[in-house]
Formats: sequence, C-alpha cells, structure tokens
Amino acid sequence: MKFTKDHEWVEVAGDLATVGITAYAAEQLGDVVFVETPDVGKTVKQGEALAVVESVKAASDVYAPVSGEVVEANGELSDSPETVNALPETGGWFAKIKLSNPGELDALMDRDAYEAFLGTL
Amino acid sequence: MSDPSLSGQDLKKTPLYDAHVAAGARMVPFAGYHMPVQYKDGVLKEHLWTREHAGLFDVSHMGQARLRGENPAKSFEKLVSADYQGLKPGKQRYAVLLNDQGGVIDDLMTARPDDDGLFIVVNGACKDNDYRIIAEALKGEATVERLEDRALLALQGPEAAAVLAAHVPEAASMVFMDARALTALGTDAIICRSGYTGEDGYEISVPAAEATRIWNTLLADERVRAIGLGARDSLRLEAGLPLYGHDMDETVSPIEAGMPFAVGKSRREAGDFPGAARILRELAGDLERVRVNLKVLEGAPAREGAEIADVDGNVIGKVTSGGFGPSFGGAIAIGFVPPEFAVIGSTLKVIVRGKAAAAEVVASPFVPTRYVRKI
Repeated sequence: MKFTKDHEWVEVAGDLATVGITAYAAEQLGDVVFVETPDVGKTVKQGEALAVVESVKAASDVYAPVSGEVVEANGELSDSPETVNALPETGGWFAKIKLSNPGELDALMDRDAYEAFLGTL
Repeated sequence: MSDPSLSGQDLKKTPLYDAHVAAGARMVPFAGYHMPVQYKDGVLKEHLWTREHAGLFDVSHMGQARLRGENPAKSFEKLVSADYQGLKPGKQRYAVLLNDQGGVIDDLMTARPDDDGLFIVVNGACKDNDYRIIAEALKGEATVERLEDRALLALQGPEAAAVLAAHVPEAASMVFMDARALTALGTDAIICRSGYTGEDGYEISVPAAEATRIWNTLLADERVRAIGLGARDSLRLEAGLPLYGHDMDETVSPIEAGMPFAVGKSRREAGDFPGAARILRELAGDLERVRVNLKVLEGAPAREGAEIADVDGNVIGKVTSGGFGPSFGGAIAIGFVPPEFAVIGSTLKVIVRGKAAAAEVVASPFVPTRYVRKI
C-alpha cells in the first residue's frame, strides 16, 4: 500500500489500483454521512478531485493518487457511508482505477514514510 | 483529501481553553477565538447526546454587556425592532440590531435579570462593531459596559433542567426566556432559560475566574457531556434557527429571515425603528425573497452557497446553511427564494457540484423544539 500527503491510500494489483482514505483521515473527518464516488469510465489525473467525502460539518475532496480510468466505484458507500470510518483502509475503498502511468507510484510514500509524515503534523 | 479546517493566528482564548485542550477537543479559529469544534466523541455523537441527555457548551466568545442609563430600554429601541420598554423584569427577549435599510447588523438577546439596566448577549464575531454602534447611538443617554471578565456556558438538552436544579434549585421554577441574576454555583451568576439548540436548557453567565470550576462541576454529572461548536451548528440548523453571517446579514431583513417576532407589536404600530418602511412593507406581505427550509431528498448534503432551482432548473435562490441533520436523519438546508416558491410540500432542486437534486420545502423547525413554556 502506498500513501499521499493528502491522506489517500492506493493498493495496486497488476494494472488496477484500489483507492481510499487513510485511517488518520477518517478519524480527522469524524463520522462520514455521505460519499460521492466517481462515475465508472471517468478519466482522472494524479492529484485531481476523484470523490467527495462529507461529515456532519464539512465536505472534503478526495484526490486521485494515480492517473487512469475509473473502472469500479464502491457502491456500498451510498447506503453505508459509515464504512469509511469503520474500515477506512479495506472495505471503505472509494474507487478502482486502471493505471495509465504506473511510474507515478514511485513518488508515493510507503507505510513507514507515511507514518513518519503523520508524526510531523 | 482536502483539509476542511482553517488556520488562524492572534486568536483569543476563552477562560475554558485549558479545559478543552485537556479534554482532547479539536480547537479551531472561530469569531477570533480558539474554540472547540468537537471533543473525542465527534460531532454526530455529541449532537445526539444533547438531544437525548444534556450537552455543555462553552460560548464565552459571545459578547456580554450591560446597558445602563436613565431608560436604557428606550435608548436601545433606537437600534432594534423589539419592544424592550415592555420587557418585564426577569425576562429575556430576542431582537435584531438593524441598519437604516432594515438589514440585520447582528441578532442578540436582551434580558432584565435584575435592576442593573439591561444584560445583552451578542454574537462573538460581531461584538466589537455592535458595541461601537450601540455606544454611539446611546451617547449621553446610556452606557455600554463590556463584561470581558465573564464566561458564558450553555447547558442544553432534555436532562439540563434536572442537572441544573441539583445545583441551582431556583432554576427549576424558570420557564423559557426567563432571566435571573442570582448567587448560584458559588458565585454571582446570570441564568437565562434559553439556548441555540431547540432543546430546553440554560445559558449561564459566570465570572471568568469561576468558569473552569463550574464547567467541571456540571460535567461531573454523568448526564452531561462537553459539546463542541460543530454539534451546536447542526443542532441549531435542525431547530430552524438562523445563523448570523450566513442566514442573516446586513442585506437580509428579519422578515425575510422568518423571524417576524423580532419586531414587537408596539413597534410595528409606532414604526419607529431603523428600516421600518421596508420591514412594515414586508410584514404586509410585499417580499422579494423569503427563507425556506429544505429537506434534500437525494444525493449529497446541500451546503452554504449551493444554488436552489425550480423544477425546470431555473436558478431562484441560494442555500445559506446546510448539512446533515443527525436527529432529522438526512440532509437539510436553509435558503432564500422568491415567496411564490416557498410553498410547504412543494418540490424544488438544489444544485450540488453541478448535479441537481430534489428538495422538498418543509416547515420550520426540522426537529420539534422542546422549550419549557409552562411548569
């Protein structure tokens, strides 16, 4: 699993990347009450808005950690947005992206680097 | 993920700052102060706790002041539309501070808790401007003394009365909008049975030096939890209470905002308040826009700034506050539209991130209020 400084995670299997927000981000947000996942077929660039996650208080953008085409969105989040809090780094995934530039992964942090980064916040 | 919090500097601290930090509050800049937006429970649980038990809020950022003079109520009426000369001892009344166009400079509470003039509470973000305007208008007639050495606590929820009665027996005999200055909680307190959540409860003014002790005394009751400003906002939204700077500002009149009771009956007859021409015209039904409460029927919560459209997609107004109502169980919003669209039961649209979603015009409040008007 790789991480961004904006607290997204990405897990890659072959050319498919599953994307979500980290446990830290979910805790910071508080109780998630709504998730807007991207439409399948949408093409995103690394760093662009991919999804929106909303707590009682505010709406936050989730940025694409990698570029590519959205091939699947987590439909369960529309009925159960609280899954983002309960299982942020597994069942609370937002979308699966078919990688268009796998080289982008090299610039992302691994778990140790991300944990160290959290220590600086 | 984008960061929804704001950064700030040169912020003031309320007397309860250390207590908030020790309790694990997330502090944010609000109205020039470091304020707790939430504690460890989070906004959702804090909101629900207040609706079911009792929530304790630090609202010391708000402005507390005394107006003193020969007839401070008469002098103050030059700026507000409430009947304050008719405000009885021991009572509190809502009002709006008006500009010459009938727009709202701030909304406020005024009480006569004792014989020492009037006790007012104004919004934290507006207080410096308010005091300047009030002092100027009352020059030679009455004085404004800022009570900077006092904290303000709000105890709100269905169990608030039982909690406070254990410490202040007199509080049990008060009804909604009663105000008393009394020796209570080991100090000189001003207690009003009112609040900003739609629940029964009290706002309690105490000396700053006593605030932490009293905060901890009330929190020692297992029915009471500390509640942050995040839940205060969702609670007031469900109660249909407008938030100054969002649902009311210098362009919005109290009639447009759905607060006609801010204009006293005797004042309507006299028409002697700023912006009276507009406000009386609006009271007679001639309005360009009115506040509506919307239940968002699908999609994302519609928040401040979202456009409101008619069923054909024509933009007719804007959302001024909106979000998720934890007790309501869905997305709710307050906004402004021309009066012909403010028909309860009709369907409008809210446009969130380019997508139109159906929203029903519903009555205010979204969640029934539980003020104790009789005991």
